Amino acid sequence: MQTKTSKSALFPYVLWIALFVIAPIALVVYYSLLDLHGNFTLNNYKSFFSSVYLKMTLSSFWYAFLITFFTLLISYPTAYFLTKTKHKQLWLLLIIIPSWINLLLKTYAFIGIFGLYGPINAAIEVFGFDPKQMLFTDISFVFVSVYIFIPFMILPIFNSLDRLNPTLIYAARDLGASAFTTFRRVVLPLTMDGVKSGIQVVFIPALSLFMITRLIAGNRVITLGTAIEQQFLVTQNWGMGSTIAVFLILFMVIIMLITGQKDKGGRVR
Amino acid sequence: MSKLSTSAKVYLAIVFIVLYAPIFYLVFYSFNSGDSMTNFQSFTLDHYKAVFEDSRLLVILINTVIVALLSALISTIIGTLGAIGIVTVKDSKMRNTLLSLNNVLIVSPDVIIGASFLILFTMVGIKLGFASVLLAHVAFSVPIVVLMVLPKLLEMNKSLIDAALDLGASKKDVMMRVILPYIQPGIFAGFFLALTYSLDDFAVTFFVTGNGFSTLSVEIYSMARAGISLTVNAISGLVFFVTILVVVGYYFFTSRTSKRTGGQQ
Repeated sequence: MQTKTSKSALFPYVLWIALFVIAPIALVVYYSLLDLHGNFTLNNYKSFFSSVYLKMTLSSFWYAFLITFFTLLISYPTAYFLTKTKHKQLWLLLIIIPSWINLLLKTYAFIGIFGLYGPINAAIEVFGFDPKQMLFTDISFVFVSVYIFIPFMILPIFNSLDRLNPTLIYAARDLGASAFTTFRRVVLPLTMDGVKSGIQVVFIPALSLFMITRLIAGNRVITLGTAIEQQFLVTQNWGMGSTIAVFLILFMVIIMLITGQKDKGGRVR
Repeated sequence: MSKLSTSAKVYLAIVFIVLYAPIFYLVFYSFNSGDSMTNFQSFTLDHYKAVFEDSRLLVILINTVIVALLSALISTIIGTLGAIGIVTVKDSKMRNTLLSLNNVLIVSPDVIIGASFLILFTMVGIKLGFASVLLAHVAFSVPIVVLMVLPKLLEMNKSLIDAALDLGASKKDVMMRVILPYIQPGIFAGFFLALTYSLDDFAVTFFVTGNGFSTLSVEIYSMARAGISLTVNAISGLVFFVTILVVVGYYFFTSRTSKRTGGQQ
């Protein structure tokens, strides 16, 4: 009945999709085929498969894996214990608040904390060790990234744990399963969706971090994101930057396919 | 439910301490009369004074707020219209395509959004600066608004519209007096989220901002790269304070509206 007016409501939105979703991706693909002088070439792709870029891609994946792993390791128990607290929504809110503080400010804090005269080195000295340069190392990079991502991992896991029907746990315990077996065979499989979306929201950004690498890791760690930023804003080689971006998009799609929840019907294995 | 064991409580306490420690560390040293984040000399408000006396920083702050408010407003309008439009699309294939395109910018890494927008603006010939930053912020906020408004539209009972039409309401009346009031909480949530996304964004802005224009995040980045300056600590103290206010205000607001709509049903 009122479809005509509503259809015209769609117009600015569709225009937005065309201009800011489809066009940018198309432009990135187009630019990946251009060299520095704007000539058509496949050289960018060739150089992406050279050892320099392949090594960089591998190390980017390795760091993203480490970051995701440690984030999950800390977040799962946190989310689990949170669901058992009395005012769990309030506690969850308190976990979420730090994620609303600007990312840069939190990263900047660690420049002071990890500094040569910072509190951590002061603590180390109390125990009689020599202060160490912690800033500009890959460990500090992983630490800060994990710190940043913890709330984003806790949230989906908390939600899936919270939805879990407690009678399933009672049933498992009644049937003689130990606490550990109950967790491994009942709780963990049923909250796998939350874990998967947690991995998704951590792994993809971790591949593309560039600000934390610059501020905390010096130039020791180069992720795909750092490389793109470097090519676009420093070297001004948009072609190569776009090529790396194309691969980052591809990796992103693959990760989403792996961690996606497409088989909703096939819960029972 | 079983009670939390002591070790679980200790674990949670450690996580909370670790999450908040860096923030309090920053705020604590913003009151340091010395000029480093290492030894606290004595209490002072000098760094806060410095923030408010630095006219360049104030201009940047105003820029940041203007971009956030404008982009949130524009993206709320486009996003709300888009959500209303999506609901009327009958073809499910078409609708799913629209929804997946909607999510592209939400899942894309900031670096890719920033780089691709930089190419787009340069090709179209938009000067890097206020306009490009505003457009970019509108662009990445629209899908968030759609996602906030859509559930409200989907849970709305179709017979409300039919009843209004039967009672002689014009299409405009239906829109203004039935649909919009009903989805209002979703629209507010979308506006609010768009606002926070815009205030928080660094990576996308970093790509599309020119030389003459800067937002708070970009400015903090260049200050942080130059080394420790307690002015940044003072800014973070202010940001933390405002964030807490906004969170409290938002929860107060949403709990009040949900009570109100709950009472009507």
